[in-house]
Amino acid sequence: MTEREHRPATPGQGKAAPRPARIMRPTRAVGLVGYGAYVPRLRLPAKEVARVWSEGAALLPIREKSVPGLDEDVITMSIEATRNALARAQIPVEEIGALWVGSESHPYAVKPTSTVVAEAIGAVPHLLAADWEFACKAGSEALQAAIGMVGAGMMRYAVAVGMDTAQARPGDALEYTAGAGGAAFIVGPQEEALAEIEASLSFVTDTPDFWRRPGAKYPQHGQRFTGEPAYFRHVTTAGQELMQALGRTPADYRFIVLHQPNTKFPQRAAELLGFSPEQTRAGLLVPEIGNTYAGAALIGLTAILDEAEAGDRVLLVSFGSGAGSDAFSLQVTPRMAERRAAAPRTRDYITRRKEIDYGVYVRTRGKLSM
Amino acid sequence: MDIPRNWRLRTQRYALVGEECDHCHSKIFPPRDICPDCGLEAKAHYAFSGKGEIYSFTVVHDPPTGYEDQAPYAIALVKLEEGPIVTAQLTDVDSAQVAIGMPVEMVTRKLRAEGEEGVIHYGYKFRPTLARA
Repeated sequence: MTEREHRPATPGQGKAAPRPARIMRPTRAVGLVGYGAYVPRLRLPAKEVARVWSEGAALLPIREKSVPGLDEDVITMSIEATRNALARAQIPVEEIGALWVGSESHPYAVKPTSTVVAEAIGAVPHLLAADWEFACKAGSEALQAAIGMVGAGMMRYAVAVGMDTAQARPGDALEYTAGAGGAAFIVGPQEEALAEIEASLSFVTDTPDFWRRPGAKYPQHGQRFTGEPAYFRHVTTAGQELMQALGRTPADYRFIVLHQPNTKFPQRAAELLGFSPEQTRAGLLVPEIGNTYAGAALIGLTAILDEAEAGDRVLLVSFGSGAGSDAFSLQVTPRMAERRAAAPRTRDYITRRKEIDYGVYVRTRGKLSM
Repeated sequence: MDIPRNWRLRTQRYALVGEECDHCHSKIFPPRDICPDCGLEAKAHYAFSGKGEIYSFTVVHDPPTGYEDQAPYAIALVKLEEGPIVTAQLTDVDSAQVAIGMPVEMVTRKLRAEGEEGVIHYGYKFRPTLARA
């Protein structure tokens, strides 16, 4: 893959000039002043999908995935994650200037998820509210925007949520992994932060690896296109460029968390970036809850923050099909220790589980036509 | 047409916001602007903690219109820690596990949807208090 391939010239511009990586830092230092996770209670073991669709013979990409209950959707799950973030942040809700929810399973095609969440936490009416869409990086894109708004001094706090109840066609390879869950973050001034956001970087190209057309119930994916040209290229480039721009190496980080569509991809990408399995472990939740799409990298970060100590650095790289990655470098502050216990830990939700079989899954996910 | 009625109730439904009596400090849910304890005006909003325990319950097998897809489900009288008893659906629990005295907490969930294309109504339900490590 040459540099020129992803740095095309504008028509009429002539020969393309190389473009340096664009590291982003707001004018005013910001950080995460609160974080919260949510995972539904039901779990579908991957071996159940294999039992129904491949005579039990498939290689399983994860152990089990989380499944939303009959009364759960991205709105209800975002409300709980945001309440958890607020419990840790201990801020006045009226000072929240924006609430954004990134997802590819918003309950409405037209009518924002974010206004319902804002109403439920009492943050209405003077705030920005909108839903974001960029496949699995919709939530981290919202986080970038929150950093910008708070960093520019336009508001004191902004909420960014990445949450999904991922769809998968029955029998498709994605059905093994398409899970439900996500996380909410409150961005605020650095001096109040539980984790400082040191810098971020985004890396985006037009790559047709995965899509869902309007009105289509299930997404499609471009055969083997999802690996090298999509996931690995964007994740490793974004992660590498951010570390380079900051003059860091993997040794400067205690943790790394990447978008996790299955167990193997993030393990391999972390290795390519020079990280050890020990640095990957805490944030790798996909074997237990599945791929939570817009929530996947972000909920991995919450599990890390649940156990990180002051001074620990975390590298987060999301990935969204279509395609792009957002990379963030964070450093945990001493404030984390006193706020962590104010809300359930991510592990508390993962431990709460009820196993279901494929039949119950089919009913719960509305795949039965009555 | 349920939309206006549900919309008016959104604050109490989404976040369990009731009232506190300025005179005798009773906590009131659902809000009714008159204190049921002292009979005086009570209009100050009060957000309940959402913590409580099951006072009594039943399991619904023959649900009313609009709730067919969720049955069977448990419905309970929940005694909130601030005092009032509220009727609500239980969630994230198997009916056989429900018991009087079980500690529960409020969550905001889908109550029902007006078909595949209509509006979705959200509101409070209660679930067994999340176990924490």
